[in-house]
Amino acid sequence: MLNNYNGMAQPLWQNGPAPGEFYNFTGGQTVQKLPRELTTAGPYGTKRSTAAITTGSSVLGIRYDGGVMLAADTLVSYGSLARYQNIDRVFKINKNILLGGSGDFADIQSIMRNIDQKMIEDQCYDDNIEMKPKSLASWMTRVLYNRRSRMNPLYIDVVVGGVEQNGTPYLANVDLRGRAYEDFVVATGFARHLAVPLVRENKPKDKEFTAEEASQLIRKCMEVLYYRDTRNSSTYTVGVCTPNGCGVEGPYQVNENWTFAATIKGY
Amino acid sequence: MSSLGFEQFPDYQVPGVKHPDFSPYESNGGSIVAIAGDDFVVIAADTRLSSGYNIHSRNQSKLFKLSPKTVLGSTGCWADTLSLTGLMKVRMQSYEHTHLRTMTTDAVAQMLSITMYNRRFFPYYVSNILAGIDKDGKGVVYSYDPIGHCERATYRAGGSAGTLLQPVLDNQIGHKNINLPAGELPPLTKERAVAVASDTFISAAERDIYTGDSVLINVITKDGIEEKVLQLRQD
Repeated sequence: MLNNYNGMAQPLWQNGPAPGEFYNFTGGQTVQKLPRELTTAGPYGTKRSTAAITTGSSVLGIRYDGGVMLAADTLVSYGSLARYQNIDRVFKINKNILLGGSGDFADIQSIMRNIDQKMIEDQCYDDNIEMKPKSLASWMTRVLYNRRSRMNPLYIDVVVGGVEQNGTPYLANVDLRGRAYEDFVVATGFARHLAVPLVRENKPKDKEFTAEEASQLIRKCMEVLYYRDTRNSSTYTVGVCTPNGCGVEGPYQVNENWTFAATIKGY
Repeated sequence: MSSLGFEQFPDYQVPGVKHPDFSPYESNGGSIVAIAGDDFVVIAADTRLSSGYNIHSRNQSKLFKLSPKTVLGSTGCWADTLSLTGLMKVRMQSYEHTHLRTMTTDAVAQMLSITMYNRRFFPYYVSNILAGIDKDGKGVVYSYDPIGHCERATYRAGGSAGTLLQPVLDNQIGHKNINLPAGELPPLTKERAVAVASDTFISAAERDIYTGDSVLINVITKDGIEEKVLQLRQD
């Protein structure tokens, strides 16, 4: 039997009625079985706020022939208020992983504390083996999927980028439900509508971008996002990851030009 | 339950169980077609991953090679697909280490049903079609509903354009509503199965916004899996 071999095997029957009992739609869970997250379980279950409070807007990631680039502006909003204007949302995780976070910034900080602790443990082994971007993305899917399954999601949408051990670039997106995919361009927030089509349009067939093309596209996209996304600021940081290591550069300033504004009439 | 006083509340109105602002499910689209022949089986899936009007990726494979003779096509809620296929791979590896042989397609089919039914009260929101070569060397297709009902078939369509594709297969592969004597019906060759599967996807891409970009086709025989790609419209 499968169950005798590991403690990870799931019980055959979950959340259902006991044998011989009728299924009660509201009483399927007992108090002990309620999620063990921070809140105290009440006798009728728990109601949680799932609204995001302080939010980061878009993250854009582009994969090119020699690595990946991630960009995010430095604004963290409180509703429509531009509350924190100089916060870096692109993080260096280790020598070969970058992570860009959008969505509820408290949840980003929470997951970052977890990741940082993992990296410290990783370093403690002192075995010259570092976590790879694919592993982190996979780990993120499991954390986020389990949280959504307990109806207590982390309201975040992250981009994981980096370079695998053999030098191949890796870029993926993981959302709050644990949905994950890899592509040469991934984005969250408004960049999904505004930046992804711009980048796809410029993709040469059967060929990856060059570093030069990727950085040009990042610059262009961050400008478009600043003009059209109301929850964007004009400063942004860019994370670059290559086989030689990675780092976060900036903050850069969008090359803004409002001279055309005077010519717009009719509203 | 009586100690908790549940019975004084009517069903569905207990505070704390409604979360209208978060849905754990999302439909990410995608379609699958599988056609079984005497000694082969063809399974095809498109490569578009979307939600609403967003196309997240234009080249996401939805076919999962579980063994050299079994391929699973899975669409629906992509997060659930990733979880389910991950769990299937773990359990198949465990079986291989325990019994020192690869699971047969029929065993995988049964296990998939059980794995899905395990989540009867919080289902995997996925449309699965399993294709493979059975232990007699014949091509088989198994199709599933989200809670694990399993049916063996010879051809099946599933996913977002499943309802569009199935009647075409009924006609072209099942020869339903065709007034021809049995001798004049075209035999089901590998080439014809691939051609019909390709055509259904080209048609589905015209009408279903969640199906498009390209199709990955796997032709499974006892000698291995042959992979083909077909471009579809990208709008």
